[in-house]
Amino acid sequence: MSADLADEAVPFLPRGVRLKEDPARGWLLLGPERALTLDGVAAAVLQEVDGARSFTEITEILAEKYAAPRDQIAKDARGFLVGLMERRLLETKP
Amino acid sequence: MTTPIPRPSAMLAELTHRCPLSCPYCSNPLELTKREEELTTEQWADVFQQAAALGVLHVHLSGGEPAARRDLDELTSHAVKAELYTNLITSGVGLTKAKLEDLAARGLDHVQLSIQGPNAEIADKVGGYKGGYNKKMQVAEWIAEEGLPLTVNAVMHRGNLDRLEEAIELAMRLGARRLEVATVQFHGWAVKNRGALMPTREQVERATATVASARERLKGELVIDYVPADYYARFPKPCMGGWGRIGLAITPSGKVMPCHAADSIPHLKFDNVKDRTLADIWAFGDAFTAYRGTEWMAEPCRSCDRREVDFGGCRCQAMAIIGDASATDPACEKSPHHGEMLKLAEDFVAQDDDFTYRPNA
Ligand code: SF4
Ligand code: SF4
Repeated sequence: MSADLADEAVPFLPRGVRLKEDPARGWLLLGPERALTLDGVAAAVLQEVDGARSFTEITEILAEKYAAPRDQIAKDARGFLVGLMERRLLETKP
Repeated sequence: MTTPIPRPSAMLAELTHRCPLSCPYCSNPLELTKREEELTTEQWADVFQQAAALGVLHVHLSGGEPAARRDLDELTSHAVKAELYTNLITSGVGLTKAKLEDLAARGLDHVQLSIQGPNAEIADKVGGYKGGYNKKMQVAEWIAEEGLPLTVNAVMHRGNLDRLEEAIELAMRLGARRLEVATVQFHGWAVKNRGALMPTREQVERATATVASARERLKGELVIDYVPADYYARFPKPCMGGWGRIGLAITPSGKVMPCHAADSIPHLKFDNVKDRTLADIWAFGDAFTAYRGTEWMAEPCRSCDRREVDFGGCRCQAMAIIGDASATDPACEKSPHHGEMLKLAEDFVAQDDDFTYRPNA
């Protein structure tokens, strides 16, 4: 089974997965036995994930913030978030 | 010393050696720490603060059975207060629904539940504890009701490796997000049971294939972490991601070790959190500097291009099989002792021993 992320789906970090800002390592995503170091883009995407905004809304916010084309942002963000879903570090509400 | 001092990210906190179960593969040492010698609540609280300051992200509250500590609730709060990702590694025995709810409310992040076999008959025989399996099923239900994320930990050996599919199904049924399939490692009590536990080469190969196909099939549903057997491998497993590089373990009495099995290396001197700060021990303690980096290595590791990949393998295994902790792990095909190790594995496979159970301390 392969994960998918629809435009209107609302992504959220499930219990046991959280963001942490570490003084020496920058932004991290912590989960069971996992500590992913996030680059700037990944951290920016996850900071907009609040369990209320849809994927589309998240990409619109990011497009405005970074003055970048929404399509490009959506493509990158989707790839990253689906990767997290496959590792059970992210879930979605329809 | 040219090796820069890294920041650790994970700490195993062995709160106690006491445990109602008596698994024959327990990694606790043969000499179990007594209750009177255990660190106090306050000492652990201080260790958690020091660990967080040192860079530790994950703390694993383990044992023995951590629920055997009456202050597990307070210890959990202290770990959470130190902003550590707090994981409880438990057999489930000793937990009640009320205790679990309380731990969740205190901010526990995750529970790892060990399962000794895919059904009551096998699990209770391996754990040496009647009723243990049913208790675990109950605990898994409570964990799900609480909404806490669950990892199922299954230690695999000759007696149950052929039932790996069942273990995977069980993890799914219990709603686990993650399954840890750990082939038995021969440290602590497990050494005494090699004749009963050593898997065959065919079993190991089948298990590796089973894991690969389950990972594909269950992508997005169940994460499977797999510790394969290394007796039949070409290269060793990376030791803890490098000795003194990412992790450390604290024993119930406060000894600080680069790995939970490190006290099988008799010449290492371990410092205690009662005498020295954790940062000092981590950076300069004899046991940590002994095998940190690559400078301690002899050939063939010294000039090998995998030396930063597997770090020469397991120091404890080199000690156990060759009697020299600074030798290349005999699991490596480049080790002159590789053949001996294979032979040893085959000899243990041929034995048909009963379990020698560890005592409950
Ligand atoms: S020395 Fe061996 S037992 Fe210890 S962490 Fe390394 S691989 Fe594991
Ligand atoms: S020789 Fe040493 S570094 Fe190279 S693969 Fe073997 S154990 Fe690893």
